[in-house]
Amino acid sequence: MNARTTDRVATGIIWTISAGIVALLASFLGYLLVRGLRYLTPHFLSNPPSTIAGGGVGPELWNSFYLLFLTMLITIPLGVGAGIYMAEFAPANKVTEGIRLATETLASLPSIIVGLFGLLLFVQRFHWGFSVIAGAFALTVFNLPIIERVTENAIRSVPSGLREGSLALGMTRWQAIRTVILPAALPGLVTGFILTAGRIFGEAAALIFTAGQSSSALNWGDISLWNGSSPLALNRPAETLAVHIWKLNSEGLVPDYRQIADGAAALLILCVLIFNVSARFLGRWLYRRITATR
Amino acid sequence: MTGRRPSLALTSRRRIADQFTRGVFLGCAALLVVTIIGILVYVSSRGLATFVRNHVSIFTFLFSKTWQPDDSPAQIGAATFIVGSLEVTLGAILVSAPLSIAAALFLTEIGPKWAQNVLQPAVELFVGIPSVVYGWAGLRILVPLIRNHLGGLGFSILAGCIVLAIMALPTITTVATDSLKALPVGLKEASFGLGATRWQTIQRVLLPAALPGLLTAIILGMARAIGEALAVQMVIGNTPIFPKSLTDRASTLTSIITLDMGNTVGGTKWNNSLWSMAMLLLLIALVLIVTIRVISAKRVY
Repeated sequence: MNARTTDRVATGIIWTISAGIVALLASFLGYLLVRGLRYLTPHFLSNPPSTIAGGGVGPELWNSFYLLFLTMLITIPLGVGAGIYMAEFAPANKVTEGIRLATETLASLPSIIVGLFGLLLFVQRFHWGFSVIAGAFALTVFNLPIIERVTENAIRSVPSGLREGSLALGMTRWQAIRTVILPAALPGLVTGFILTAGRIFGEAAALIFTAGQSSSALNWGDISLWNGSSPLALNRPAETLAVHIWKLNSEGLVPDYRQIADGAAALLILCVLIFNVSARFLGRWLYRRITATR
Repeated sequence: MTGRRPSLALTSRRRIADQFTRGVFLGCAALLVVTIIGILVYVSSRGLATFVRNHVSIFTFLFSKTWQPDDSPAQIGAATFIVGSLEVTLGAILVSAPLSIAAALFLTEIGPKWAQNVLQPAVELFVGIPSVVYGWAGLRILVPLIRNHLGGLGFSILAGCIVLAIMALPTITTVATDSLKALPVGLKEASFGLGATRWQTIQRVLLPAALPGLLTAIILGMARAIGEALAVQMVIGNTPIFPKSLTDRASTLTSIITLDMGNTVGGTKWNNSLWSMAMLLLLIALVLIVTIRVISAKRVY
């Protein structure tokens, strides 16, 4: 085989593999959505799970969003702060190397280990029990390095001319960051945050041992932060959609657990798709608004 | 051209604010260090209890395949789990590494723009799919497929390998694409200038030049595969044996931790041995990260 034939064969193989990956994704998503979308009735979306057939995933859906909201609330200030430090202030010394090593290690940890750490620290040592707050903090540990990396990348991609110009005008670093660099990095930040939110929404391994595998029935009239049946309560166990799918499968007690899991999986995928698409669109829209591109 | 122009005077208040915020951000970054150290300390303190307090020998733990923790005396041998984790990770990487690198080559060299705009979002979507969904799909689609066409129960190490391969693929592809894009264009152009075909350029110039980055990508994929708990636990059969064939059931470190942790009482030998397995996973993750750093330090491009 001469070189030209090898080139053609190799190109063909690479095309086939790439097309295969796209086809795999499409059929995978299509199968799960087609199989599960039919179960997404209002009844399914609002009712709690039951021990007999016909339960829903209402509280689990709420818990997924609530935990996501709480986690982002804690993580974004901390992660953005860390990212700003690493991108703007950190000198090239051993301490910075240490922080980078710590961030990479934290980012590569298996999420089950983060969940176990959360079990030891938040559930047992802090005596929070299986609770929303324990789950939110466990997810924060998992999420912090990701947000730090997103922030650092977004800030580093701001053209250095902006930074140099503002410093040349006599601003302090913090002034420059606050008024020039952060707004310029905003589209990248928003895209990164929404994509991360999509990942957190589907996280289960870190939550099984922290937010728990059950959820109390929610009384929507109650908005206290401490009562066990209030949807906003921080100290109640809060099973999320992803954990519910796992639990349905591992227990297999409910007679229609396959259908419920199908519906829940389709719901999860739908939410992740919405997160992904809106991250792209929002990022692009923000970029156009801020840079006045047509 | 009148408009209010804020003064940029370097007042002492501004200077103090600058130093203060710098300190705050340093604190945020330090939090990351504190967290990882905390995790190492906590998990190790529980994991070492098996050897220190319950007097299980490390040799037995690592190399014995007898796992009967509820017997008396309890038999703690984690060899089947360790081997299971290694086998399923190796199998996943063997399948997904070539496919991922092919996809990365497509995204950087071979694909036309319109096709890249299809594959790139597809890969990003793959990353975003939750692992429980992969596990559930594996259970619904893959396990019956294996059972009907290849024999066995369907719950098998093969199912674990395939699910993990699909999960590792987008990670490896993304990092490999980044490292291929970082190569200077001059390499490629010089090769074409000498008359090489595109594949010759890829095979003899680009891939070797990007090798550290590609190895990093593969190791990151390994880290993802070996740490995956739920998806593997749903399809692998969870039997503490050495699988004799691809369709045999098996068990991994992550799957036994997921299964048993809820059923054990803290402080018992059973519970402590699960923590030892968690500590082992942590050590493996650390080894992989250090390996990546060593490889990256040798990068030329």
